[in-house]
Amino acid sequence: MFTLRNQLPANLVTTKVDDLLNWGRASSLWYMLFGLACCGIELMQTGGPRADLDRFGSVPRASPRQSDLMIVAGTLTYKMALRTKVLYDQMPEPKYVISMGSCANCGGLFQPAYSVVKGVDKIIPVDVYVPGCPPRPEALTEGLLKIQEKMRREKFLVRKDAAA
Amino acid sequence: MAELRTEEMLLNMGPQHPSTHGVIRFVVKTDGEVMSAAVPDIGYLHRSIEKIAEKATYNGFMPWTDRVDYLAAMNCNVAYAMAVEKLASIEITRRGEYLRVIAMEMNRIISHLLAVGSLGMDVGAYTPFIHALREREKVNDLIEELCGQRLTYNYARIGGVIYDMTPNWDKKVLDFLDQFEPLLNEFDRLLTDNKILRKRLGGVAVVTREDAINYNFVGPNLRGSGVKWDIRKDMPYSVYPELDFEVPVGTGEAGSFGVVGDCFDRYMVRIREMSESVKILRQCFERIPPGDHLVKVPKKIRPPAGDCYIRTESTRGDLGVYLVSDGSDKPYRLKFRTGSFSAMAIIEKISRGMMVADLIAFIASLDIVAPEIDR
Amino acid sequence: MTVEEIAKILCEHFKGLQIEVVPGAKNAVSGIQTGDPAVIIPAEKIREICNTLKVMDQFAFDCLSSLTAVDRKDRFEVVYHLFSYKNRHSLTLKVNLPRGGNQPQRGVEGEAPSGLAGGGGDASPSIETVESLWGVANWLEREVYDLFGIKFDNHSDLRRIMLPDDWVGHPLRKDYKEEVDYHGISTTRPALLQ
Repeated sequence: MFTLRNQLPANLVTTKVDDLLNWGRASSLWYMLFGLACCGIELMQTGGPRADLDRFGSVPRASPRQSDLMIVAGTLTYKMALRTKVLYDQMPEPKYVISMGSCANCGGLFQPAYSVVKGVDKIIPVDVYVPGCPPRPEALTEGLLKIQEKMRREKFLVRKDAAA
Repeated sequence: MAELRTEEMLLNMGPQHPSTHGVIRFVVKTDGEVMSAAVPDIGYLHRSIEKIAEKATYNGFMPWTDRVDYLAAMNCNVAYAMAVEKLASIEITRRGEYLRVIAMEMNRIISHLLAVGSLGMDVGAYTPFIHALREREKVNDLIEELCGQRLTYNYARIGGVIYDMTPNWDKKVLDFLDQFEPLLNEFDRLLTDNKILRKRLGGVAVVTREDAINYNFVGPNLRGSGVKWDIRKDMPYSVYPELDFEVPVGTGEAGSFGVVGDCFDRYMVRIREMSESVKILRQCFERIPPGDHLVKVPKKIRPPAGDCYIRTESTRGDLGVYLVSDGSDKPYRLKFRTGSFSAMAIIEKISRGMMVADLIAFIASLDIVAPEIDR
Repeated sequence: MTVEEIAKILCEHFKGLQIEVVPGAKNAVSGIQTGDPAVIIPAEKIREICNTLKVMDQFAFDCLSSLTAVDRKDRFEVVYHLFSYKNRHSLTLKVNLPRGGNQPQRGVEGEAPSGLAGGGGDASPSIETVESLWGVANWLEREVYDLFGIKFDNHSDLRRIMLPDDWVGHPLRKDYKEEVDYHGISTTRPALLQ
């Protein structure tokens, strides 16, 4: 093995299987359009011309079956909560959730309301919380980059219940 | 020949859908492509803003009014402030009035841009939506310089507005308006003169004048049905009596299949209203007087016990604020009567016999947003 | 036409009914009227009075601008805001309903009040619907039913509109108590710092 040291040409890439798979997964995170309220407009602006999410490989999909990221953008009410769980269950593994905005993080401005779920993590597990009311496009882009960081640390092929 | 047995399908255009503007659900009974009923189901964004009003003070309630209609947040702020000022007899300065009108008209431009862009996207034209978002970004920058926020502004206060404009801000806005007017022509070339759009929207979902008044249509929807009514002209408030602008009305101009009150009329009224807003903005910047932007109000505002009903022309039509006070420093009852609520009420009636794709065009042309319906 | 003139003509039309005009709120210091005046009418005549207001030329109230309710602690007040595009005038109508359902309401002497039977055994106040006069009343009345619990007789489709169908209680009442959880989702969030 050591005879190959500094022998290979420069246009050859060596990597671990994990790194390669994680790079591929993180560079094409397709998110589901789940804009519920005001944060949904900022989500659209983030996908728009200036702060472009498409340059990270993220395109919006309408159906949960074709997406692996769910950006919960906006206030979640009890009436919508049951449907959110159904939509989350319809997404194929591996799936990630970004909770965007104060209302999705903890109920936000609507803590005194009777019909608002105080945080989307009461229903589905959340990976990244993006604070703001609504968060700027730059903040949401940072949230997406944190998800990519998280994905790069994962061991994709190892079973989740196996000992580390 | 044997008869084919057909059944009606019961479909769910669920709360999460790319084409409903927000979280609204339709239960659609169809026979093939033709619907026999489309029953709307709302309440997925009911955030109990009216109940929160009973717990918050008059001054402190302003951020929640933004969320009643986040695409026209300035209009909701000002409508609520006007209701409280009327009941508590607080007079505000002329500069405060002009700043409010400037903010409201800029908000009208970006709200109509988004409405027209998403109408194009729902019907199949993806590019104009991105153009609209590009223009929105420029105006968002300008408004951010004025009040610090891009979407939910919290700009008006009881007694005026919280911040005055920064130096040279008016010049920046006038520069933006100079380059925005030719872009409206670009929209015309992309969308309005497009034969496919005219065929998709012309003659579809006609709302007659009588139906529009009976179902309390307001704003561009009402004007699209041929009723020349604009609260800024007919029941004027603030400094609108001093400003000169036209009120566009729908005339059934979608070519040979256009009928007064169809989707194309409502779309054209919005395009024309954007140029009228540009006119209003230019006049405001010429006429704005120097002075204070906020009057001193007591820390705890206690209006006399009673009620009042204020109507203002928000981007989606007549936003009515019904405020009941019992003499204390918190509202006793506050109700927002919004244009999108009445627009939803007519969908069930008009949608009989329409095709599913036409339902999408109808909802997009009504320009409804979910928080206005549910509050 | 002003509210007082409208009330006067209504009194002439409906002789014997208790129709009164409530002046708007006044500023304590200057005495200027700042609130809106309103006309209070008895609950069981609402449909006839609204029909007259819509049909007669001098009124021509072709638009129901808003329909809502206010929970005064001892009674409910249903408020109608009417507007006329033809004559450019507006009117506020108020109707008082008792909080429990089975109590006599203000009405014509000697006649059994017709609003009694609404709701049966569950104390919900009720009033006749105006859906056939103005189409938008369908949804507005459903909203009032959902949030206040006021029933509208002869409504074509009276069910909850904003809240889920299995919600318990009517939230905008002043004595509403929030449930502990809904379908297993708890309604409070524990504090971050214990």
